[in-house]
Order: sequence, then C-alpha cells, then structure tokens
Amino acid sequence: MFYRSLSNRGTHAADPRAGEGSGPYRAGLVDPIVSLGSAVVEPLEQVADFIGLTGRVLLDVVGLLKNPASWPWMEVSAAVYRTGAQALGITALVGFLIGVILSYLSAHELRDFGLNAYVVNFLGIAIVRELGPLVAAVIVAGRSGSSITAQLGVMRLNDELDALTSMGISYTRRLVLPKVLALAFVQPLLIIWTDLFGLLGGMLAANYALGVSHSYFLEMLPKVLPIGNYWIGLAKGASFGVVIALVACHFGLRVKSNTESLATGTTSSVVTGITSVIVVDAIFAVLFPDSHI
Amino acid sequence: MPTSFEPIIEMRGVETRLGGQIVHQDLDLTVMRGEILGIVGGSGTGKTTLLRLMLGLELPVRGTIKVLSGAAVFDPSRGTLQRQRSGVVFQRGALFSALSVLDNVALALRELRSYDRGSAREAALSLLERVGIGAEHAAKLPFELSGGMVKRVALARALALAPEILFLDEPTAGLDPEAAHSIVDLIDELHRELHLTVVMVTHDLDTLAALCDRVAVLADRKVVVAAPIDEVIAYPHPFIQGYFFGKRARQAFKRPLPANPRIYLAASTPPWKIEPTRLQPAYS
Repeated sequence: MFYRSLSNRGTHAADPRAGEGSGPYRAGLVDPIVSLGSAVVEPLEQVADFIGLTGRVLLDVVGLLKNPASWPWMEVSAAVYRTGAQALGITALVGFLIGVILSYLSAHELRDFGLNAYVVNFLGIAIVRELGPLVAAVIVAGRSGSSITAQLGVMRLNDELDALTSMGISYTRRLVLPKVLALAFVQPLLIIWTDLFGLLGGMLAANYALGVSHSYFLEMLPKVLPIGNYWIGLAKGASFGVVIALVACHFGLRVKSNTESLATGTTSSVVTGITSVIVVDAIFAVLFPDSHI
Repeated sequence: MPTSFEPIIEMRGVETRLGGQIVHQDLDLTVMRGEILGIVGGSGTGKTTLLRLMLGLELPVRGTIKVLSGAAVFDPSRGTLQRQRSGVVFQRGALFSALSVLDNVALALRELRSYDRGSAREAALSLLERVGIGAEHAAKLPFELSGGMVKRVALARALALAPEILFLDEPTAGLDPEAAHSIVDLIDELHRELHLTVVMVTHDLDTLAALCDRVAVLADRKVVVAAPIDEVIAYPHPFIQGYFFGKRARQAFKRPLPANPRIYLAASTPPWKIEPTRLQPAYS
C-alpha cells in the first residue's frame, strides 16, 4: 500500500529524533528487519480492523432490525444533510465542467470523421455509466470522508468514544452506522444530480462545437443510452457510499492520542477512500462489461 | 469508614500490557461497597489504566476482574450490566463536544433509561442544578465552559445513569484551589446522599486527606498497600515515604484530618428527586 509508505516517510521526516545520532534513522542492525516486519503486519492489522468494523456495523443492523424503534434516524438525517445537501453545489459545478470538457475534446476527433451525431452516444455512456458516479464519489470522499475521519478522530482524542462506551452506548450504532446509511442513500442521488449537470454541460458544448442541436441531443439521448446504465450507476453509487463511509470511520477510530496521528489518519482516509472507490468501480466494470443493457 | 465490608469490585492477579509494556503485574485490589477509594501513584504507573480496567475499556492479559460481585461476574466483552450501573468522569471531562450541556446529560437518560424528550430535559436540568450548573448554562456548548464547570457537567452526566459506582479520574486536576475545594465538597455530598461507591484517581493530597476512606498506592506495577490513610502513611515503602513526607505533603497534612462520619440516606431516591434541604451535611 503505497500511501502508507508515503505517510510513514513523512512521519520520519517530522520526527525530532531523526536528526540525532548517527543517521536519519536510528542506526541498528535489527531496524531494517523491524521495519520490514511492521510494514507487513501493519496493513494486515488494518485489514483485520476494517473487517471487524464492518462486522460490528452489520451486527448493529441486525440488532436494530429486531428493535426497530431505536434506529438512529436523527443522526442519519443530519449526515444526509451534511454529506448530500451541502455537496450539491460542488458536484453540479464539477459535473457540468466534465461534460463540457468531454464534449469539447471529443468534438475535434468526431468532426474529422464526420461522426458529429455520435457525441450523444459517447457523452451519454461515458457520463452516466462511468464519470458521473466516479466524480461524485471522489468529491464525497474528499469532502465527507475527511470530515468524518476528523470528527471521529477528535472524539477519540477527547475520550468521547470511551465516554459513550462506558455509558453502554455503542458508538458504531450511534456514529458509524448513521454515516454508512446516509452515504448509501445520498450517493446515488448525488450521482443522478452530477449526471444531470454533466449531460447539460455536454449538450451545451456539443451545440457550440459541433452544431448538434439541443432538441436532437435530448431526442437521441434516451434512444442511445440503455436504461441499464443508469441502474448500474446507481448501484455503484450505493456501494461507493458504503465504502467511503466505512473507510472514513475506520481511519477515524484508529486515531491515537496525538495530533500527528489525526493528520495522517485524515490523509490516509481520503487516499484510501478514493482508491477503494476505484477498485469497486473496476469490479463493476468486470462484472457488467456490456453497456447495452 | 464504609458501612459494609461487602466487596463491590475484586481484581485478582491482574496483568495488563499497553503497547508491549507491562503496566500491572500480579495486581490485587478490592473495592468495598460504599467507600471512597483513592488511587495514588507516580506518573506512568497505570492509575488511569487501572480505572479503565474496572470500566471494561481495557482488558487484562491475565487475571480476573469482578464488578458488583454477587450481582454479576463482569464479562468484559459485554459488560452492559456493569456499565449502566457505573458512572465515570474522565480527566478532561470528555463531554460530547457537539452537544449542548443539557443534551450531554439528557442523552443517557433518553438512550438508556427510555425517558421521553420532556422528562429527560427536566431530569437533566435538575441534575445540572444539583451539581451547581444553573439553567442559564444549559444551552452552552462544552468549549464555552470553564474547567470546573466541565467537571461538574461530566459529574451530572455520570449521575444521570443512577450509578452504584462512580469513577473519577483526577477530579481536581487543572482547577484552581477554590474550584477544587468545591468539587471535593460536591463529591463528598453526593457520596453521602446517593450511597455511592467512589473510586478516584488523584494526585491531590488535600483531596485524599479530605475525602478518601482508603487509599490504594500503585508502585512496582501493583497495589503495594490499600488502607486508611494513616496506615498508608506508616507503610514502609520508598515511594510512599517520598510521596507523603515530601515538603508539599507536610503542608497539606498540617491541618487535622476531618472527622468524616458517613451517614447515608435511603438510596432508593434518584439524585434529581432529592430535595435540596436534605442535601445539607447530615452531621453538622
């Protein structure tokens, strides 16, 4: 996992002991063996922790199914507002620009081959199937992923998580589950929203660069874009949301009692969140290679 | 002196490790029902860890920990029974920073004692009043409070669960002498009113002398002695002699130890229902 070695290197550079003694790393024969060992064990620990967290959230869901009165709806709705409603502006802007860029750049090639009308097919599939979901997920991982990690990390630093546990309140139920549910719900909606602005941007740019009329674009879009792509996009959205929330919570809960660890935790959360989203995206691409569904 | 000699927490042969380092080894400690037990020790001797073990927040590598013995053998992996019958005030308060003072206290009442919104609010307000936080502070967020007020709110939150055992981690640390004294008085009053067992970690010799029935001294990774303070002072151990007979300590003990008769009220009344008039010291 490259981001770990990167962040580790950062820690060494910031370590005041690094300048002391006989070299940047404290010299010693066993040091390379120790660091090799921890480089192997650490990621395994992380994976075990992550699986543990996922399991606890699933157990919480089962527990709540038995006792439906205690679903944390207040927390879910707060998280929906923060991760969804407040992200509408930025996802719309980025989606619109992506649409404009794609349309503009493809216009050059398409015009050379006289395939102007195919810009609708190209934009429709590219945005609805791939770019809309991915762009929305990257933005949410950066915006909400980091803030979830920082929030849980500060609660850890402040002993608030221990306070909850000592009161007999499960913090996975109270803090993690609501965020997972909220992102699983919000992410597909954000994708529809991003798709909408992506296609709008593409349509405007296609008219300007290729002379494809708005009415032709709107008429052709449903014909060339099989509805299955939309469903795949939404399914991706729900799974991206779950992945982003779990990764962010995982790194937030791992924060130790120092500010350095809060900083590295937040960085790792965003980098791992985006990487995992792309991994899940690749899995979808392999499972559903056909765009004519 | 405690009214009964029934143990409420029993730790036997406990060994704890943190990050590969042994913190406690062969540690034995018994807490009696109704007493105030002070835990002292040099810094880094695992006082807070000892508290966290009793709370089930940390697990021992070896040994047994029984809490509320007779009622239940504490199972650290579940621990619900014990958790709901104990309250804790962390060193820095650990108030929920996103919630108002009122919601901090009302949260436990709503979540765990199934109060509805209105009665949780009412109960939380009277709990806050009991610890000396007026209603005008109820809407504030924790970062707007002074150190002493944070401790008081944390105490109110701990009492919201109607605990049998109250754990305090450095209740007077970081407070000015005035605030520290009033916190000590408050703990003393609450202990008498509510028939609480109190386990507290402290550095403050004044607090120890004024409040604790017994003092447990942590050194050499174990509890070297747990006894009333005058017996502890007489115990021949280098740490104890340095701790209690240093310059500062002699000043603290110049004043006579307070007579401390423990007269209990019936414990069945929840803390917020007790009339203020009944809260006066019963022995004055």
